[in-house]
Amino acid sequence: METLLSRYRNITVLLLVIFAQLVLLAYQVKNDSDVRLIRVWAVTAVTPLARAIEGARGGTSGFLQDYVVLRDTRSENEKMRAELGRLKLENQFLKTELETADRAKALEAFESRTPSKMIGARVIATAAGASNTAVFVDRGSASGVQKGMAVVTPDGIVGKVLAAYPTASQVLLVTDPTFAAGVVSQKNHVRGILKGLGHGTCRVDYVQNEEKVETGEWFYTSGDDRIFPKGMPAGQVTAARPGSSFQDITLDPSGIANGLEEVLIILSGVHQEIPEVKTASGPIYVAPPPPRPPGEAAQAAPAGGPGNTPAFATDADRLREQYKEIGDAQNHRFGDNPPGTKAVDFNAKPGEKPAAAAKPRAERETGDGGASAPKPTGSKSPPQTAAPESKPKLPDSPTPPQ
Amino acid sequence: MRYSDDHVLLNQRETQISRFKAWVLFLVPLAAILFQVYVPLFFQFLAYLELPLIVTIYFALMRRSPIGGLFVGALVGLAQDSLSKNPLGMFGITKTIIGYVAASVGLRLDVDHPLIRLILGFFFFVFHQFIFWALSRGLLGQQMNFETQRTLVLGLLNAIVAVSLFHFLDKLKERT
Repeated sequence: METLLSRYRNITVLLLVIFAQLVLLAYQVKNDSDVRLIRVWAVTAVTPLARAIEGARGGTSGFLQDYVVLRDTRSENEKMRAELGRLKLENQFLKTELETADRAKALEAFESRTPSKMIGARVIATAAGASNTAVFVDRGSASGVQKGMAVVTPDGIVGKVLAAYPTASQVLLVTDPTFAAGVVSQKNHVRGILKGLGHGTCRVDYVQNEEKVETGEWFYTSGDDRIFPKGMPAGQVTAARPGSSFQDITLDPSGIANGLEEVLIILSGVHQEIPEVKTASGPIYVAPPPPRPPGEAAQAAPAGGPGNTPAFATDADRLREQYKEIGDAQNHRFGDNPPGTKAVDFNAKPGEKPAAAAKPRAERETGDGGASAPKPTGSKSPPQTAAPESKPKLPDSPTPPQ
Repeated sequence: MRYSDDHVLLNQRETQISRFKAWVLFLVPLAAILFQVYVPLFFQFLAYLELPLIVTIYFALMRRSPIGGLFVGALVGLAQDSLSKNPLGMFGITKTIIGYVAASVGLRLDVDHPLIRLILGFFFFVFHQFIFWALSRGLLGQQMNFETQRTLVLGLLNAIVAVSLFHFLDKLKERT
């Protein structure tokens, strides 16, 4: 070391002297930010070193800290997974409760607007068997439930009570093949028998091929079965085609379409009207009738009296009024003509006596002065002579009313 | 040249070290500095003369000691800095390097020859200006240009003055 310093003594001293003067220079000089150059140099020289040291320290401590943290992360992760699972279950439970509350609210609203007396029930089990077309509800005879009562939801009929136990009841669903209920279509009021098919759909039997049933049409209970009150929705037609003797109508039951959890048991049913089909979505504007000609208006005016034909009558109505006036003038009552009654002379003008016009003809035919009416059964052959001027003037209508 | 031959040559040069009285080593640089800061007030063209640099070169060459040369250069430079507008250290660093290099060159060359002195004077002046320019740009951030032609001309002028001055200073050497 000593040899090294003695060998490079000159250059070492040179560097020391220069360094000392650099320090001196840096102490005096200020940069543009009015900071002494020695401070800038010191910061510039120290900062990277400090950054490197800090990086090394941070990396080391971070590594150690991460290691320590990771030791706890596993157990914490397991705790959070358990917490997440618990929260998921709780969330699902709350969702179910909310849906249940909504359904209960819907049932309550339906029960309040339906005149039938109902009791709510919850489906608690399904009947044993492969088809599962019967369920158990938590209302039994203790709640007033009896065998044969109808079970419905706001969406439609569900089934009927097959057996009532003290605390529960067995309900036969509409999809059971042994189920039957009288139904009627909404649009054309076609009556039929709703029967289950053993799976999710039903059929409507005993509908003639001539009856008109459309796909998408709704069927309602007709009340004929004495189980379901009239007016309860049964389902919507999914297919309707002619069969051998009756139509093959497949129906999607609406009562069990959205699941079956809460139902209503009808304790005493009240029949309702089947709702009308809405043919148009909104009101339709009808323009006023065109104005009548003056003569036609005067002719139609008397026919528009109270209790008679309306003011805007057809030609047939006017002709009917004309014949009625003729009949009244001749004391003839249409529709009440015992055998032997004299026929009405429609050749007479309204308001005139028929004798003046009918007398010559009667005298020619009977020769008794026309005191009695001609007997139709006695004259098989048409008349031999007939005055052209006395030919009866028929009104516009070819056949007068009797 | 082998190391042993070089070492022998250096020893021979070191035996030719010129010695000066103490007052000479003190007054001559002081006079040079005073000349540079005072005379140009009256003769502006004399401001181009770098007498402190010439004095530094001379003592470094004659002393043939790098450490002595760098200390002479450092002291002269710091003194020059103290009397100039530059921060302390600009001329100090520059002349420290010049003194060191000049002393190192004096060990290997016969610096008593006028032509050598002229060349060395020219070279060290240009080198001095270059170092000062580099320090000004690097340390002080001054955007100044290095005027080569002007530097070369002034270098030649200072070299001529240096040869004359060296001849005068030789008379101040102690006789052995």
